[in-house]
Amino acid sequence: MFKIMKKSSLLLLLSLVLITSILSACSKPVDSSSENGPQQPTGLQQSIILSTTTSTENSGLLDAILPIFTEDTGISVKVVAVGTGQAIKMGEDGDADVLLAHAKASEEKFVEEGHGIERFDVMYNDFILVGPADDPMNLSTDAPSDILKAFSLIHENNGTFISRGDDSGTHKMELALWQELNIETTGKEYVSAGQGMGAVLQMADELMGYTLTDRATYLSMMDKLDLDIIVEGDVKLFNQYGIIAVNPNKNDKINKEGAEVFINWMLSEKGQNLIGEFGKDLYGQSLFIPNAK
Amino acid sequence: MREILTGIINAMRLLFSLDKEVYEVIILSLYVSLTSTLLSGLVAVPCGIIIGTKQFPFKKPLVRFIYTMMSLPPVIVGLIVYLFISRRGPLGHLGLIFTPTAMIIAQFLLVTPIITGILYNGAKEKGEEIKRVAKTLGANPSQTLILLIKELRFSIFTGLVSGFGRAISEVGAVMIVGGNIKGHTRVMTTTIAMLRNMGEYENAIAIGIVLLLISFVVNSFLYHLQQDS
Repeated sequence: MFKIMKKSSLLLLLSLVLITSILSACSKPVDSSSENGPQQPTGLQQSIILSTTTSTENSGLLDAILPIFTEDTGISVKVVAVGTGQAIKMGEDGDADVLLAHAKASEEKFVEEGHGIERFDVMYNDFILVGPADDPMNLSTDAPSDILKAFSLIHENNGTFISRGDDSGTHKMELALWQELNIETTGKEYVSAGQGMGAVLQMADELMGYTLTDRATYLSMMDKLDLDIIVEGDVKLFNQYGIIAVNPNKNDKINKEGAEVFINWMLSEKGQNLIGEFGKDLYGQSLFIPNAK
Repeated sequence: MREILTGIINAMRLLFSLDKEVYEVIILSLYVSLTSTLLSGLVAVPCGIIIGTKQFPFKKPLVRFIYTMMSLPPVIVGLIVYLFISRRGPLGHLGLIFTPTAMIIAQFLLVTPIITGILYNGAKEKGEEIKRVAKTLGANPSQTLILLIKELRFSIFTGLVSGFGRAISEVGAVMIVGGNIKGHTRVMTTTIAMLRNMGEYENAIAIGIVLLLISFVVNSFLYHLQQDS
């Protein structure tokens, strides 16, 4: 009996220690945020959370320019690279300070609904249709710069097409093209992967199918793939990136000043030049073309 | 938090929605994981019993190797299987990449060490005694093995349940070798990963709850079988 008592009192003590430690851990962030809150704008160690699409992260653009931004302003940038759908959702939930995405319609809706302050054009890149090097559908000769014709040829000839299928900007672009053609995408040849661009490119390589991709991701993986550019240069394939500061009324953690500094820097001559230069040394061409107004 | 609550409601809606896509995903998950677990069981149960009851050279390093393999990360298994069966891989000509078969192979590799390890432990503890009993009863080797399997049914049950739990809940391997192709290789865990990437947290939670419910049903069924025998 005594033993059991001892055991249970030990348990009680342990749980008390646990509870107090949890309580103190919980209360700490509140204290520190109220202390640091007013200092944040002037402090050098502030940071912003940038919610962006996998394409900007995978291409290496952010790795190339963000350190220079941090050097210029003292603001570090935490990048969360997800699909466009989730990037926008993070903004809606107030989990990010700035959005950098490429789905203009969704972005404009985001600002209209009051989740963001204002949307600015930053840069554009373009989509390309890639496919097996031997091009079984002869698209590169029949439709070298006409994406709609290429899509309808793939559909008519039951060619394998790998779709992102993940609600990303690239997926939305692809769906818009099918819709313009009034084609229902069904059947075994239409493979909906629900994955990121890198995985989908590898899948297209494995299944010897065609897929729509952004140029940057394709160029960065080109050496590992048996895929060639089949269709490029169609105006319909240009892909505009926008940048939006998240509305600070969502919660008090949102760093509005940092977000503004970041947006101004991206739109400045220096930021725009850096974007335009990126990729030239490695691929001989710009991956993103700056076009801030 | 709101996502979790609406997720629970959505889970019920999904289960009873008669949506063909949802059922396809659930059935494929069960098919892949049950098949891989049963195949693993066929290999791992005899292996575990033999390793646990027999003495042979290099037994200690082998056991250590099996224990290490028990904590093999699914992504690594997925990656290795992928490299073998991709078009450029040595088994590329079989055309297994992005098929349910590839997913079964990957899960088989994940689950086999787990069941072997558990059976080894069970056999090590009770095997000698069971063998002695069999000997006194005058059993031949195959009868001894049957007696061992009968007496070790708790270990076998534990092994199969743990193996199935590993198989149905892992996402790394099936994502890589299966590819999460809609209507073809999409299972519950890859659906959850995809929905999260799409920012559809509520549906992701809903599928997660469905996954738990199904694990509960399968485990209850296995438990029931074990009680009966």
